[in-house]
Amino acid sequence: MFSNFLIWFVIVPIIMMAGLACCGNSNMKAIRAVMVTCSTILLAMAIYLVYDFLQLRAAGNTDEMLYTGSWMWYAPLNIHLAVGVDGISVLMLLLSAIIVFAGTFASWKIDPLPKNFFLWFALLSTGVFGFFISIDMFTMFMFYEVALIPMYLLIGVWGTGRKEYSAMKLTLMLMGGSAFLMLGLLGIYWHSSADSSALTWNILEISKNGAIPAGWQNLLFCFTFVGFGVLGAMFPFHTWSPDGHACAPTAVSMLHAGVLMKLGGYGCFRIAIYLLPAAATELAWIFIILTGISIVYGAFSACVQTDLKYINAYSSVSHCGMVLFAILMLNRTAMTGGILQMLSHGLMTALFFALIGMIYGRTHTRDIREMGGMMKIMPYLGVCYMIAGFASLGLPGLSGFVAEMTIFFGSFEHADWFHRGFVIAATTSIVITAVYILRVVGKLILGPVQNEHHLQLTDASWWERLSTATLIICLAGIGFFPQWINETIQQSFTPIINALNSVM
Amino acid sequence: MDYSQFWAMMPELIILGLFFIVFILDVFSKDGSNKKFLTPVSTILFGLATVAIWVLPAGTEAVFGGMYINDAACKAIKAILNIGVFIVFLQSAKWVDSDEVAIRKGEFYELMLATLFGMYLMISARHLLLFVIGLETASLPLAAMVAFNKKHYESHEAAIKYILTAVFSSAILLMGLSFVYAFSGEGSLYFEDIRNSVTGQANSGLMICALAFVIAGIGFKLSLVPFHLWTADTYQGAPTAITAYLSVISKGAAAFTFFVIFVQAFGTLYEGVWEWMMYAVIIATITIGNIFAIRQKNLKRFMAFSSISQAGYIMLAVVGNSAMSVSALTYYVLIYVVANLSVFTIISSIEEHNNGTVQMDSYNGLYKTNPRLAFLMTLALFSLGGIPPFAGMFSKFFVFMAAVGTHDIHTTLGAWAYGVVFIALVNTVISLYYYLLIVKAMFIKHSDNPLPTFQSACSTKLALAICTVGIVAFGICSFVFDWISVAVNA
Repeated sequence: MFSNFLIWFVIVPIIMMAGLACCGNSNMKAIRAVMVTCSTILLAMAIYLVYDFLQLRAAGNTDEMLYTGSWMWYAPLNIHLAVGVDGISVLMLLLSAIIVFAGTFASWKIDPLPKNFFLWFALLSTGVFGFFISIDMFTMFMFYEVALIPMYLLIGVWGTGRKEYSAMKLTLMLMGGSAFLMLGLLGIYWHSSADSSALTWNILEISKNGAIPAGWQNLLFCFTFVGFGVLGAMFPFHTWSPDGHACAPTAVSMLHAGVLMKLGGYGCFRIAIYLLPAAATELAWIFIILTGISIVYGAFSACVQTDLKYINAYSSVSHCGMVLFAILMLNRTAMTGGILQMLSHGLMTALFFALIGMIYGRTHTRDIREMGGMMKIMPYLGVCYMIAGFASLGLPGLSGFVAEMTIFFGSFEHADWFHRGFVIAATTSIVITAVYILRVVGKLILGPVQNEHHLQLTDASWWERLSTATLIICLAGIGFFPQWINETIQQSFTPIINALNSVM
Repeated sequence: MDYSQFWAMMPELIILGLFFIVFILDVFSKDGSNKKFLTPVSTILFGLATVAIWVLPAGTEAVFGGMYINDAACKAIKAILNIGVFIVFLQSAKWVDSDEVAIRKGEFYELMLATLFGMYLMISARHLLLFVIGLETASLPLAAMVAFNKKHYESHEAAIKYILTAVFSSAILLMGLSFVYAFSGEGSLYFEDIRNSVTGQANSGLMICALAFVIAGIGFKLSLVPFHLWTADTYQGAPTAITAYLSVISKGAAAFTFFVIFVQAFGTLYEGVWEWMMYAVIIATITIGNIFAIRQKNLKRFMAFSSISQAGYIMLAVVGNSAMSVSALTYYVLIYVVANLSVFTIISSIEEHNNGTVQMDSYNGLYKTNPRLAFLMTLALFSLGGIPPFAGMFSKFFVFMAAVGTHDIHTTLGAWAYGVVFIALVNTVISLYYYLLIVKAMFIKHSDNPLPTFQSACSTKLALAICTVGIVAFGICSFVFDWISVAVNA
């Protein structure tokens, strides 16, 4: 079991928790040492995984999932601890590792109770990594919930503003989503095989069996898509997101918007669409409408906010809506764009939230009406903010452009007016995004200094530079070399496209 | 009569023997010595008894003409209840040594063992007579235990409420059983014979009455809605150790018995008759338990409503009527025992250092002063709320699996099964809300005068350690479920 490489993505965070538990309560040095060591190891592992994965693919290994392993867990119920990754999950693991790494540095000076903060943070990471490596629905669900619950305490204890309200709202809405999800998964399990003695939780086997009756699929598709869609901030289940993100501490916002919301998109893709293709083709239109609304509504909402975090949270609703929108187009190009958008949005939002946290830590306000002239006061952070903004509005050379262009091209492949109409509506979000991003940049970064006291503030410290630079390099990396990511994920779409074609 | 048959009743004999040992020790101890030795002796002996019951082989055949059986499933649930009682002994050690109670501590252990003996009979009964004897033996001593704080009038009130409802529910149950008797042609009350005589009686009004009465009678013990009205008051007034006992041991035994009777005796009437009644009762139990829990400020009342809704989840396994029902139910009871007892141990420990108040306000800022207790409480509450990686999530998941079973949603029955599970799932979110209220009080709320830091007694620590190991490990380590699953399906 331990010879499987993927398992270590869960074991390392657990070691991280054990290490933290041994640290003294306020022994900042030891806590940082544990966090930095483990998150660096995770990052190195993720990079190596991508490298090794590409090598295997180049060597002609065409299996759907690589590094697979399966160990019996609950024998009477046929629950396994089954792991395996394809190109998409590999990239998601890399994204998670990058953001855990950056998040560690972004919360360098967390106060109070640093040890507990990092303990819950590590538990959250365990859930995230576990989710992406699982191919067994039960373990996937378990890790999904492991990733959700620490949010309550992370926001409730270390958050700002209306933290108690937001933490409760976020937790209950996401748990409500997982109630839908659990019912969907139970339904899938009980119909996973035509032979009632060979029921299975394994995603690959369920897809191969293809035994779920078409009538059933529609219901289960709704359950699973809504269940994951809540986490993907799909309209009208997105309301937890602005409040939750606005009140969360920096690193938690980063991890939540950057990775956790991707769990939603990934789950919709891997379970709702892959396992229930007949329903996906039949019912996609309902969710295209909802995600279409998310995209445009999120962007408009961002325009009228004055709190930096709210602006970014609504922009996340819009961008994450784009991910689900792309996946629902059910063709290869759009889905590629969807995955690119997941990566792009993950890195970009993490960068945004990191920067907002750094600015807030200095000015103690997030209201754009009370700040200005950041370029004069803290040029490094100002430039970073502009880069993040440009990525968000889709400037070529950064990741946003590649992702959104691919999505729109792919979506436009549909010849009917329903799809095209929604694509056209969704493209308007690019313009609206430009409005709210440039408004903030103009006011906050380039505008006149609003508060004399701000002139005394210092620019980024080394750990902040490290955190932001990591993210910016990745953003530009995707922008300049999208073909490299494309190669990694292309083969992963084949089984899903085949499944869809077989029912169309 | 073949007296060697009594050897088949080993678990009962052990408990009975223990009862006499404690009784004799109690009677012959000097007055005024505060009977210091009685607590450790009873606890250790009970621990040994638990191990003995565990390792003794299960009986394979029913004895006394089929009245009594101690098969592997009975043995498993008895062992689980024993673990629970052992934890209750540990957590109450400090309390029974207090001046007010010490003089009566012998009675405490004797009554506790007597009710446990009754529950054992209930679990192993395969004849309605033995079942009723067990039920009464289990309920009556409990009333005395609820009234144990004899200087507090709440305790008396609680005991009166408990005894009145217990007697009344027994009456209703007996009424129902006499209707069942009316169906049995040869006048046999063996479960097997009842099964034969009631088969095909689904449309008989008398049969439906009988089932409704039996559900009502056992529903009182399980505090299913609408038979739950005694629960909150009794739980609040009873001494905390007894509340803990009532909420897990008594409930666990009743749930298992319910399952045995309804599957073995009335199994053929499942479809179309008691299944509908149970769906209605379960929906009401889970929902009303949860909604009332939200408003409670007294932690013991709060746990009362929480345990009402938990009983609804346990019943979900019963209505699944699928192959995994009994293992899911037994496993749920085990996890519920450790998680709930963990909460009650902490409540009683805090109550002791807080002049006996159990208001939720007094938990504000607990994390600052007693971080370990707050942390363990959080784990236990997460487990009750069904959050992984704690055991509660696994037990809930398996219960839901059992309830959905192989139902086909296109049939009315299947649609109901899925509908009920959906309502139960929505309710887990509500329950998470109120469990998080306590977490919020402990971790997030600030208090001007939080509870001072204190050290719990060794026995309390041991109880908490056992519970926490259960909460953390029983889910992740699948062999616990495997063991139960093998045992009950043997």
